[in-house]
Amino acid sequence: MNEGYAHPEYLVETDWVAVHLNMPDVRLVESDEDALLYETGHILGAVKVDWFTTLQDPLRRDFISKAEFEKLCSQLGIANRTTIIFYGDKNNWFACYAFWLFTYYGHPRLRIMNGGRQKWTQEGRQMIRDIPIYAATEYHAKNPNRKIRAFREDVFRQLTRRLPLIDVRSPGEYSGELLHMPNYPQEGAMRGGHIVGAINIPWSQAINPENGTFKSASELRQLYQSQVIQPDNKIIAYCRIGERSSHTWFVLKYLLGYPDVRNYDGSWTEWGNLVGAPIEKETNK
Amino acid sequence: MNDIAGLPSRLAEIVEDFQLCEGSEKLELLLQYSESLPPLPDYLKGKEAQMEKVPECMTPVSVSAELQKGGMVFHFAVPEESPTVRGYAAIIAEGLRNATPEQVLSLPSDFYLTMGLQQVLTNQRLIGMAAVVAHVKRLALETMNS
Repeated sequence: MNEGYAHPEYLVETDWVAVHLNMPDVRLVESDEDALLYETGHILGAVKVDWFTTLQDPLRRDFISKAEFEKLCSQLGIANRTTIIFYGDKNNWFACYAFWLFTYYGHPRLRIMNGGRQKWTQEGRQMIRDIPIYAATEYHAKNPNRKIRAFREDVFRQLTRRLPLIDVRSPGEYSGELLHMPNYPQEGAMRGGHIVGAINIPWSQAINPENGTFKSASELRQLYQSQVIQPDNKIIAYCRIGERSSHTWFVLKYLLGYPDVRNYDGSWTEWGNLVGAPIEKETNK
Repeated sequence: MNDIAGLPSRLAEIVEDFQLCEGSEKLELLLQYSESLPPLPDYLKGKEAQMEKVPECMTPVSVSAELQKGGMVFHFAVPEESPTVRGYAAIIAEGLRNATPEQVLSLPSDFYLTMGLQQVLTNQRLIGMAAVVAHVKRLALETMNS
C-alpha cells in the first residue's frame, strides 16, 4: 500500500496501531479540527493536543516556545525516545500540523496514522472515553528547525529567485473571490488573491476521500510534477494560517521525498494584510 | 459582557452556567450539550435535504422549525463527528425552546460571546454559532409571515 513513497516509515497503518498501541515507547496523539471530538471517544491510550489551546502561544501570534513545548511533552508523558503517532479528523489535517510543530522542535520519531480517525472508525475499531494519565517525563527539545518554516522574508527571497510557491487553499480563495476559506468567515485578510506567481494545488487533492488515506506515490507525483513542481526545487507551501499547508509539506517532504520544503505559517492571513506585498488575483497559472 | 437581560429564560440560564465555568470546564459543558442534542423527529428523518442549510459551517448543519402552542421548536441535524457544532445546536435548540418568534428575532446575534467560549474555541469556530443564530432567526421570520 505504501509502495513507492520516499519515506514510508513516517506512515503507519491502522492495523499496525491496533497491535502496537500498548507499547510503552509508543504514544498516540490525537489532533483534531473539532475541539471536542477527542472527548467523545479516541483510540486507547491516546492523548490530545488542540491546535488552538495547546499549540498556540496565548499572547503573540506564534507557536508555543521551546520551554512550553518541553512542558507539554512532559505532561503528555512523551520522552525523547518515544515514537509519536499522530492521527485526527478531517484527513489528518491537524495531525499533520502537530507533526510539523513536533518536527520544528526536533522530536526524532514521528509518524502519521494513514487515514486518521475516519479510517479507524470506518473499520469499526475500538474507541474509548477514558483519558489516560502518564507519568511526567523530563523532555529536552531541540532548537527550532528553521529549515522547515518560512517567514515572510523567506517568501520575498523566494519571489526574487523565482522559486515555486504552492498555494494549497481552495480555488476560490486563491483567485481572490473569497477572502476566507469557504465556511470559515472572518478568518481572513484585508486583500483577496494569492502571492504573486504561486500555483494552486489544493491540499485535499492528496487524499483518497473514501477513507482519508494518502494517494499513491505515482498519483501524488503526477499531481505535483504536472504543476511544474520539481523535486530539487526549494519549495514554500502556504494556506491561510499554515495548517492546511503543513499537510502538503508532509506529503512533499516524506511521501515524495522533496529535500527542501518549507511551510509559511504566516500564510495568507499575514501576506494578505502586509502593506505593499505583491498579490495576484487571476486564476490562470 | 455579562448582559443576559432580554434573553429567553432557559437560554439565560445556559449562558449563566457557562459563565460560571472556567477554561476546560466550558468545553466539558459544551460536550454535555452536544450529547443532549435530540435526534430529528420522525417527520424530518431522511428529509435533511429539505431543511434550512447553514452553509457558513464547514460541517453540514441543517435546521428546521415548527410552532407548538405559540412557541418555536427547532430541530437540528449535525454529524456525530462534529461535537462542537452539535454543542452549539443543542444550546440553541434547548435555549430557544418555546420562545416566541419575536423573542427569537430580538436575540442579539453575539449573545454567545457572553458565555466566554472564545477562551477555549477560536473566534472563527464561534462564528459558526452566529451563523446558526442567523438561520434560526430567518426561520422565526418565516414562521411569523406564514
